[in-house]
Amino acid sequence: MRTPIAYFLVVSAALFAIGTVGVLVRRNALVIFMSIELQLNAVNLTLVAFSRMNGDLIGQVLTFFSMVVAAAEVVVGLAIIVNVNRRRRTANVDDLNLLKW
Amino acid sequence: MPLDNVVFWVFAPISIGSAIAMLFQRNAVHAALFLIVNFFTIAVFYLVLAAPFLFAVQIIVYAGAIMVLFLFVIMLVGVDREESLIELLHWQRPGAIVLGLGLIAEVVAAVRAGIGFAAKAPSHFDELVNKGGNPAALSRLLFRDYFFPFEVTSVLLIVAAIAAMVLAHRRRGIAPVEAEAGVTEGTGVSGSEPLV
Repeated sequence: MRTPIAYFLVVSAALFAIGTVGVLVRRNALVIFMSIELQLNAVNLTLVAFSRMNGDLIGQVLTFFSMVVAAAEVVVGLAIIVNVNRRRRTANVDDLNLLKW
Repeated sequence: MPLDNVVFWVFAPISIGSAIAMLFQRNAVHAALFLIVNFFTIAVFYLVLAAPFLFAVQIIVYAGAIMVLFLFVIMLVGVDREESLIELLHWQRPGAIVLGLGLIAEVVAAVRAGIGFAAKAPSHFDELVNKGGNPAALSRLLFRDYFFPFEVTSVLLIVAAIAAMVLAHRRRGIAPVEAEAGVTEGTGVSGSEPLV
């Protein structure tokens, strides 16, 4: 393994920033949710890279747990989106202003 | 040039390119497909970083299960609806791009200050840490040192499954509270119609 670990960290930083921009820019609730998944994956990549650098498996275990939490989060989040779509007939987050002050 | 370097330089542009392409897709299905490409490249990175078990889990759970769930919900919500391009805050889009570039710069500076760009991973990872294979070594750690968190995740999964069923369950006889413009009252929105 000759690739410096920092390269993976830079790629994951770029993916995380792209996910952040996606959350801020997009209007479709589903695409915002996909951007959040992208951010989660970027952090997972960081954890695995650090696990490789430190020479232990704790980062991989943490990634495993992070994947479980991400699966639970996706299930609940998509159920909420379906529920909102059923009531308001929209997936656009600009239309959801019920809690707006 | 060593092989893992070649793999990295082939897949890193694909990874970032597919993420950026996801950002620019008007259609949610196309965005989901680009996200699947991105998940596959991340799985390849896991393989390079000596985590073959997470490589398999990434493909099965993320590219398989989660993205199928996403596509299913996209079909449920409706694919033909175009995203409105009217910005309520005119400075939001450039502001987001500037903040994203700032985030990249900040993390790159942190990596440079923290471990430096020359830091190589220690060799003999497969012989020392992944002894007996990566899944076996990972499960030794998981079922000895992290057994209690592992059991807690099973509770979390059950709670999430029940929550999804409760949230997505359609109660009979309760009409949608506010059917908004574009859907006339009482057609196709009534509670008696099956969901799919």
